[in-house]
Amino acid sequence: MMRPLIEGKTLPVLIVSAALIIIWYCASIGMNWQRQIDTYNRTDVVGWSTSELLYDVLNQKKPLLPTPHQVAGEFWNTTIGQAVTSKRSLVYHGWITLSATLLGFVFGTLFGISLAVLIVHSAAMDRSLMPWIIASQTVPILAIAPMVVVVLNAVGVSGLIPKALISTYLSFFPVVVGMVKGLRSPEGIQLDLMHTYSASKFQTFWKLRWPTALPYLFTSMKIGVAASLVGAIVAELPAGGGSGLGARLLAGSYYGQTVQIWSALVTAALLAGALIFCVSAVERLTNLSMGARA
Amino acid sequence: MNTSPTAVVSAKGLGLTFPTNDGPVEALHNVDLTVRPGEFVSFIGPSGCGKTTFLRVIADLEQPTEGTILVNGTTPKKARQDRAYGYVFQASALYPWRTIEKNVGLPLEIMGYTKAEQQARIERTLNLVNLTGFEKKFPWQLSGGMQQRASIARALAFDADLLLMDEPFGALDEIVRDHLNEQLLKLWAETKKTICFVTHSIPEAVYLSTKIVVMSPRPGRVTDVIESTLPAERPLDIRESPEFLAIAHRVREGLRAGHSYEEQ
Repeated sequence: MMRPLIEGKTLPVLIVSAALIIIWYCASIGMNWQRQIDTYNRTDVVGWSTSELLYDVLNQKKPLLPTPHQVAGEFWNTTIGQAVTSKRSLVYHGWITLSATLLGFVFGTLFGISLAVLIVHSAAMDRSLMPWIIASQTVPILAIAPMVVVVLNAVGVSGLIPKALISTYLSFFPVVVGMVKGLRSPEGIQLDLMHTYSASKFQTFWKLRWPTALPYLFTSMKIGVAASLVGAIVAELPAGGGSGLGARLLAGSYYGQTVQIWSALVTAALLAGALIFCVSAVERLTNLSMGARA
Repeated sequence: MNTSPTAVVSAKGLGLTFPTNDGPVEALHNVDLTVRPGEFVSFIGPSGCGKTTFLRVIADLEQPTEGTILVNGTTPKKARQDRAYGYVFQASALYPWRTIEKNVGLPLEIMGYTKAEQQARIERTLNLVNLTGFEKKFPWQLSGGMQQRASIARALAFDADLLLMDEPFGALDEIVRDHLNEQLLKLWAETKKTICFVTHSIPEAVYLSTKIVVMSPRPGRVTDVIESTLPAERPLDIRESPEFLAIAHRVREGLRAGHSYEEQ
């Protein structure tokens, strides 16, 4: 009963989680302590004991750094405690962000694979495209995203598409880089073998290059899906007061609702974790069907 | 020099020079050679004598810079496009994501055989190399010798009359190699194919071949061509017969004449 707990991943993960929560509590107390004393002085509260102070520090209405139980409480109230259609529900906002993330991720992956195929099969493409692809990622996305969203809005494109576009922009890059490497990874004799069969480029691609590149694709997709989520959130920031986790973050910072900000952050982190888990699951299934050692 | 269409391979004045950063390297120099149908020809020599390069020229994997070479009476490129030969590499080059039967079926898929025909040929060739029962295994589940047998099956699966083998058993231990050599001779007798076989083992070359081509390095050239006098039926212990030792001696002489034993 205890053995899998000790030998598996569960126990280490639990220990690290516990350590993080303790550090978080300590940081909360440290950052909110003086503010609570100032509040006492300002509102003429006298004769407070240390335990009263500690209780108030841990339960401030607008703390500098909210405590884990405050964030958990807010998270609970805005997910389970709300109808999912409510504008106060994190499930609602999360879904808005997730749909843009997924659309952008699918486009980004397809776009990245297409570019990699072009680059691998044409020396001219390799020389002309690669520098631009790398340059594209040196542009600060935080500066570009609002402009893209506003410009597209002006020409009547709004909602999902502009956000998905930013996600695509961020997620295609790891896929291009990974797939160029992956599609070039077959060994010399594996390619020679295809040559001795007089296989067409198309056959060489599907029967050799593609299967060899799959491990690279999944690694790239894990990076890409996380970048995609960041892209969707960043794209939501300029649409203040709108929907999505990004809008929720911005609204929270406007009104000093730190608890709201942190619960939106936690939601984003959980989403990212779930997305990467999904990609890993598909990867594992693919590996099994391709004869990986169990 | 026999250049009649009955020759499977005929090379005349063949030369190949690789440009390298240290200047040009002459991998093959003035090679004249004829391989006739049904022969088992071994190419033997130290590293750098051009034996693998010669095999790769036959297979249209390298382009000669001098002389002419005909495969089945036509250019190597045309012969390759006609699927005239099966190539067995030093490593098995099995695709790790394909089962053994899918690996053997790979050339058949590419060449557009029907599903039923593919299945029949996979069964037949796996039986030929004694791998029946391993159809659904992945390459990593097989020993090195079995992997190399699977790669031979892959080269036999389609109707090429010529088998090009580049040190196929070089990475295997001697006991496994003996066993595979015996099986290869049996296979050759059954299938009546022409085989070009690169090796750097003198006993292997003498045991297998009807013709031994001795090569030497710098520049890569042919120093001797020995027609074997051994009978077609060859048990493993023929290797202790005086006739066998005499041929092995002549191979060694050929290598010495080409300065193959000098310090390099």
